[in-house]
Amino acid sequence: MRKIIVSLISLITLQASAQQADIQLPKGFAITNITKDKGRVRHIAVHSNGDVYLKLENLRYGKGILRLRDADKDGVYEDTLAFGNYIGTGIALHKNYLYASSNSAVFRYQLDAANNIVNPDQPERVVYGLVDRRQHASKSIAIDPKGNLYVNIGAPSNVCQERDRMQGSKGMMPCPILDSAGGIWKFRADKLEQSYAEGVRYATGLRNVVGLDWNTEVNELFVTVHGRDMLYQHFPELYDAKAGAELPAETFYMVKQGDNAGWPYVYWDPFQNKKILSPEYGGDGKKEGAPDAIKPLVGFPGHLAPNALLFYTGNQFPEKYRNGAFIAFHGSWNRNPQVQEGFYVVFVPMKNGQPTGDWEIFADGFTGKGKVSNPRDAMHRPCGLAMGPDGSLYVSDDAKGYVWKISYSAK
Amino acid sequence: MRKLIVVLSLLTVGIVSQSMQTPNAASITRGKALYAQYCMSCHQADGAGAPRMTPPLGKTDYVTGDKARLIGIVLKGLNEPLEVNGEEYFNPMASFAHMNDQQIADVLTYIRNSFGNKASAITPAEVKAQRAKIK
Ligand code: HEC
Repeated sequence: MRKIIVSLISLITLQASAQQADIQLPKGFAITNITKDKGRVRHIAVHSNGDVYLKLENLRYGKGILRLRDADKDGVYEDTLAFGNYIGTGIALHKNYLYASSNSAVFRYQLDAANNIVNPDQPERVVYGLVDRRQHASKSIAIDPKGNLYVNIGAPSNVCQERDRMQGSKGMMPCPILDSAGGIWKFRADKLEQSYAEGVRYATGLRNVVGLDWNTEVNELFVTVHGRDMLYQHFPELYDAKAGAELPAETFYMVKQGDNAGWPYVYWDPFQNKKILSPEYGGDGKKEGAPDAIKPLVGFPGHLAPNALLFYTGNQFPEKYRNGAFIAFHGSWNRNPQVQEGFYVVFVPMKNGQPTGDWEIFADGFTGKGKVSNPRDAMHRPCGLAMGPDGSLYVSDDAKGYVWKISYSAK
Repeated sequence: MRKLIVVLSLLTVGIVSQSMQTPNAASITRGKALYAQYCMSCHQADGAGAPRMTPPLGKTDYVTGDKARLIGIVLKGLNEPLEVNGEEYFNPMASFAHMNDQQIADVLTYIRNSFGNKASAITPAEVKAQRAKIK
């Protein structure tokens, strides 16, 4: 009988492991899955009472936002509330409001004293009318302690060519897209019905920022940018397949008001440590450009798609993690004919807003099967990050709709 | 006599186009190389596309169906909401008007006979006819 039970258990665990990716973490960290099969879970936010909010990119139960609640604190989120009739990526909490974005607007929902949403079906519209031309349309959001709302408006373009992504088509000079996209716009979190006119173009030359977070240690905005595609495909005489897979770097910047990061005129080459002129603008892989543009803090390998940024301000993790940055990489699609890379969560040790050491992979194994050549084959794709009130780290996945909680215990 | 020539030439045209409709190996081989050069980055080596970004080319009516529509996609590019096998994709597809008629015919013949597809060949003449309509 004992034997039967044992073999039954091993059968069950075997089956579970066949469906579950085995996530690897540094020593002392443990991961638990808190929800699964919720579809394309993009960014996430955790409230001070432990409620977990998920922003979805496909409607689930006809809705685009889920709130998971574990009222009795037994680790099981028994209560799911679905609301919001729009898809999108951005979600954030600020004071007694929940903010969420569609691909063209930002909405907010008031929370009452019991942390319930006062009116889930009638959000207030904070910003409207933002550029949504399908490509790079997701609107990531962050709010600073003073109540400024930062919204990424991705460029609906690869590198501002006259004809997007067409081989041989020239880069437009100046790039007209930058007037309404390719940057971060600043609005007020407490003002309703703001259009572009009420916003300020806070930083420009940022092709598509998907991760952004306000760093409370230095009081500045930090962003992670998806770099351009097609260097090898469009300029095989300048870039071979390997260079095309590794260039340009995915970048991590501190951005101050008025900063320009150089897109589309330049890209960051992490090997030469230079801003290289885009070939669509006359570059040859060596010529530098945009002397006034800011430099990144870190250049990651090309095309890994940094989809979320979170500064760790909790007390649960060891000291080395404090004020450092976690970055969730969604994983590449355009490194072929090389295999795809990414699909992990990275940590950058930092102090006073500056990296203090090399970045390292913090959580890996999300593909469920090692390297993949098509991102479709990855079981999970990390997409959102949030910190819970106890200092745990939450990670979301927009391939299978999982959310995990990562905790540390010194033993 | 005049009549006979017309009939004869009609016949040959018929035979030629007939024979070109069945995909030939040389065209598919050339198409495979062109696919790797021009299409693979987005549609992937296995033709399955990339989630959220690029639709698959296997088992879709856009590939195996109406030839004029298929040729038009490659000549003009595509950037509008489009559901392929129940999913939507958000990237745009560039125009490949810079490829010549033979190259477009080859690459399309290749994708119509790869990734689980089986469909008739596309001829350079068909590409040429579509190109003329666009201009
Ligand atoms: C820059 C990326 C990119 C490249 C390169 C590219 N495509 Fe596409 N293709 C797309 C996207 C994205 C769509 C969907 C566009 C939309 O939804 O409006 C698409 C749609 C299609 C479709 C119709 C939908 C389907 O999946 O059946 C066909 C057919 C197609 N592409 C063929 C090709 C061929 C042939 C080539 C090479 C000559 C090519 N594509 C190169 C991105 C690309």
